[in-house]
Amino acid sequence: MRYLPLTDADRQSMLANIGAANIDDLFVDVPEAARRDGTVDLPRHQGEMQVERQLSAMAGKNMTASTVPFFCGAGAYKHHVPATVDHIIQRSEFLTSYTPYQPEITQGTLQYLFEFQTQVSELTGMPVANASMYDGSTATAEAVLMAHRVTRKSRAVLSGRLHPHYTAVIENLSEMGGFALARADMSPAGAEDLLALIDDDTSCVVVQNPDFFGNVADFTKLAAAVQDKGCLLIVAVPEVISLGLLKRPGDMGADIVTGEGQSLGGGLNFGGPYVGLFAARDKHIRQMPGRLCGETVDADGQRGFVLTLSTREQHIRRDKATSNICTNSGLCSLAFTAHMTLLGGKGMRQLAELNHARAVQLADALAAVKGVEVLSDAFFNEFSLRLPTNAAQTVNALADKGVLGGVPVSRLAPDAGLDDVLIVAATEANTENDIAAFATALTEVLS
Amino acid sequence: MTQKMSEKKTFTGNRGLQLEEALIFEIGSYDNCGVDLEDVPPVESRLGACAAQCDIDLPGLSEPEAMRHFVRLSQKNHAIDAGLYPLGSCTMKHNPRLNEKMTRLPGFSDIHPLQPQATVQGALELMDELAHWLKTLTGMPEVALSPKAGAHGELCGMMAIRAAIEAKGELATRTRVLVPESAHGTNPATAALLGFKVDGIPADASGRVDLAAFKEKLGDDVAAIMLTNPNTCGLFERDIIEIADALHEAGGYFYCDGANFNAIVGRVRPGDLGVDAMHINLHKTFSTPHGGGGPGSGPTVLSERLAPFAPLPYVEKGADGLRLVENNGDAAHQPFGRMVAFHGQMGMYVRALSYMMSHGADGLRQVAEDAVLNANYILASLKDVMSAPFEGPCMHEALFDDSWMKDTDIDTLDFAKAMIDEGYHPMTMYFPLVVHGAMLIEPTETESKAALDLFIATMRDLVRGAKEGETDRFKNAPELAPRRRLDETLAARSPVLRWQSPEAKQAAE
Amino acid sequence: MSKKFTKDHEWISLDGEVATVGITDYAQAQLGDVVFVEVPEAGRQVSKGDDAAVVESVKAASEVYAPVSGEVVEGNGALEGNPALVNEDADESGWFFKMKLADAGELDGLMDEAAYAAYVKELD
Repeated sequence: MRYLPLTDADRQSMLANIGAANIDDLFVDVPEAARRDGTVDLPRHQGEMQVERQLSAMAGKNMTASTVPFFCGAGAYKHHVPATVDHIIQRSEFLTSYTPYQPEITQGTLQYLFEFQTQVSELTGMPVANASMYDGSTATAEAVLMAHRVTRKSRAVLSGRLHPHYTAVIENLSEMGGFALARADMSPAGAEDLLALIDDDTSCVVVQNPDFFGNVADFTKLAAAVQDKGCLLIVAVPEVISLGLLKRPGDMGADIVTGEGQSLGGGLNFGGPYVGLFAARDKHIRQMPGRLCGETVDADGQRGFVLTLSTREQHIRRDKATSNICTNSGLCSLAFTAHMTLLGGKGMRQLAELNHARAVQLADALAAVKGVEVLSDAFFNEFSLRLPTNAAQTVNALADKGVLGGVPVSRLAPDAGLDDVLIVAATEANTENDIAAFATALTEVLS
Repeated sequence: MTQKMSEKKTFTGNRGLQLEEALIFEIGSYDNCGVDLEDVPPVESRLGACAAQCDIDLPGLSEPEAMRHFVRLSQKNHAIDAGLYPLGSCTMKHNPRLNEKMTRLPGFSDIHPLQPQATVQGALELMDELAHWLKTLTGMPEVALSPKAGAHGELCGMMAIRAAIEAKGELATRTRVLVPESAHGTNPATAALLGFKVDGIPADASGRVDLAAFKEKLGDDVAAIMLTNPNTCGLFERDIIEIADALHEAGGYFYCDGANFNAIVGRVRPGDLGVDAMHINLHKTFSTPHGGGGPGSGPTVLSERLAPFAPLPYVEKGADGLRLVENNGDAAHQPFGRMVAFHGQMGMYVRALSYMMSHGADGLRQVAEDAVLNANYILASLKDVMSAPFEGPCMHEALFDDSWMKDTDIDTLDFAKAMIDEGYHPMTMYFPLVVHGAMLIEPTETESKAALDLFIATMRDLVRGAKEGETDRFKNAPELAPRRRLDETLAARSPVLRWQSPEAKQAAE
Repeated sequence: MSKKFTKDHEWISLDGEVATVGITDYAQAQLGDVVFVEVPEAGRQVSKGDDAAVVESVKAASEVYAPVSGEVVEGNGALEGNPALVNEDADESGWFFKMKLADAGELDGLMDEAAYAAYVKELD
């Protein structure tokens, strides 16, 4: 078997060396009732060719984003990832290395984590960022828990325009942890009065920018008002490319900024692995979850990097840890760093402008379709449409015509009474032909 | 007698192939870019009043410079591909490249989680197939695929247990969770997160759960036990079925930390041991790459009693093919909620299934046997010169403590750092906490006998050196790595967590 | 009053109404370089044996327990900017917090200097 170096001769020799008659002697502690002689009821081993054949068949049944006009977003975005990035993350020393607990021989990992933290800090406008979380949704839920710890309160106020999965994750963690929540109603446009939901036990208010419907906003006034009431403002950023063109949450006065970094360096991958971003103010460093990489010097006085402030983490504080998190999203944060390095600040700005331009072109094209109303006034690369009919059925009909035309709200929020609302995204990966094809197909489907 | 490395000084600070590399921010510039973007078509801005007020103060690098930067960084890392990584409880096995090829098939990597389900039936089929393999290998009827890492899987299992307790109306009374003192830190951290009180269970002289002490701790206020099996000392819990039975009789649930599944995969099914929930680390047992700290994946298998509470989303067979159930209203049972956006770590599912299919049932059984054989070979070959705290054979990892070095001038940390100069990544140190100066060695099944023999010989020479007073060899180590020992105190007392330009630093002062 | 000691390596020294609490030199040596200390705020009520403070080194975090019951009147602000004080002078300037005692009788149950020295000797 190609992954097993031991030969039968090796095994015999080693058993003799140990003083065991056969391998079963080493499993002597397994209770009689749990011993199984044969193998489990699964196929036998196979060569690469056979495995490839079967998995390719499965892969072949899926409609891929690059082969059709594609406009799905809602928290996961199709962008062009430079060829270099995938080569970098497949280098043995990155792919098959472990968490940098022995810093002397993992400076490669530690240095890119330091670069990642700097990039995230700069993009969000916050002084400190951690070395990544699992994804945007869990990062946001962890931010809520952090706000509870910092303020010693136990209730969170959520915007009604958070991604429904983010809301569900926060709800789940809150309910299990004994924390309370208040949620504004879901509405695709108009003003939200979140201040009215704040009470004496509220630790934070959570908003998203751009929000689930694609709207963009300036939360500066809200930040000040929330902080005036002794609460923290948490801003979740589901599309990191938006930070290339929008006012930064840090500049708005946010206390904690979370985000999904998938757009940089990561493909769609059917939902994972992704990479969560987490940034906060200096005074709250010790309450931050996740790994942190810091600069220091070695015994020869040379600059180096180490994981630091580890006493917040589970392997030391155990039941008093800030979180139970162990893994971060290593390789995905490397992909993010590599992609962001290739872009640079100037390239990121241009990329974001390109995204916005495509979205504006899309909005103009779709607004021209009879019966379709664009709901978002201000947006980045995603916005909502009101259709004259059921959006989920429309999306299915579009797929039959070979167009992946957005995500219906009802897919994620079936009880919101917004069955005629469709969320569409456009990125630099879309061409003007794609946009025309979408408009044509939509016209056909709606007629 | 010490040998001197060449102390030649170089202009660059480089030492032959060992190259120094600065930070991106010290090399690149705002005007550099390694991506050619199309011109932005002229449109009327629809950003409202939300446009950025300033440039993004981050440098870019051209493609050749970027490639060089990251290649140089990579050269400072140890990796499984380069050598043995004897990290106990991490299962650093070879990461097959077929996995990487399969996960990059566009049919898996270039699909959106929310495109119409009819357009991704192949992806759902893969998830369903992976679920089938995990359920069959563990002998459990249900699996939650979505947890993003081992600790996340622990949270999933414990949330399912909490939901089951709540459904019985016992949430207010069942508040205590029993956890061995040898447990991985994520266990008590998870229990505490969910509002449980953590109560420690002592071990007996054999390094296993003290059965009598455990039974005494049982009561109708016990929600669950969190056990690792094989345990963190590398030993199989012989009394596990009795423990499970006693616990179930007291109305509690059995959470099993599956980090050490590599020792028993294909030979023992946790379902036969009375387990109610167990997370599986795909990045340990099932070869998905560690990636320098992630991403992981922690699918959690569930017993009949917990299956009704499995979280969203999950795949089920419908009338028109496979269906992903994503919302409460569509669920046939009572999911405890949702743990993460979208569907979980698809990229890791593809890799893990590719691995499972390659090994097959027979290969996976051989994996466990070779893993246990390799660890015992190391234990048998070193226990005469080092000190193993527990009698008898181990499972897939060998545990030593520091009592053998008490008359030397060195400690576990020094020993580990000296391994680095010999070309090895140190073993797991100071874990589990129940043993003093612990050294936990897990070779895995992908090490050859020759590789083990060299490792053993090296360890024996290090032990000899320690006992014969070659103190400098340890205290000064590492001397040959890209960096010497780093000042972690400084890093913690004065945290510097991002780069700042000299101008920004000055402005701050 | 001469110092009294607990089995968890805290010392307490009473001066009139107010007692000062710290950790012993033995404890700081065990911890290694102290990187951070979390001291209780004034006004906090503690019972004997409650978690009162946390002292962190690079690799470990330890609770510091209230040796007796009472009310905290002051946490040592100097430790915020200079946690190394605990290593340098655990017995004096590296004190953690001051408190008013609820019951001075609780001091009787603690070890004196000689008893503590003997206790520590047993540990090694």
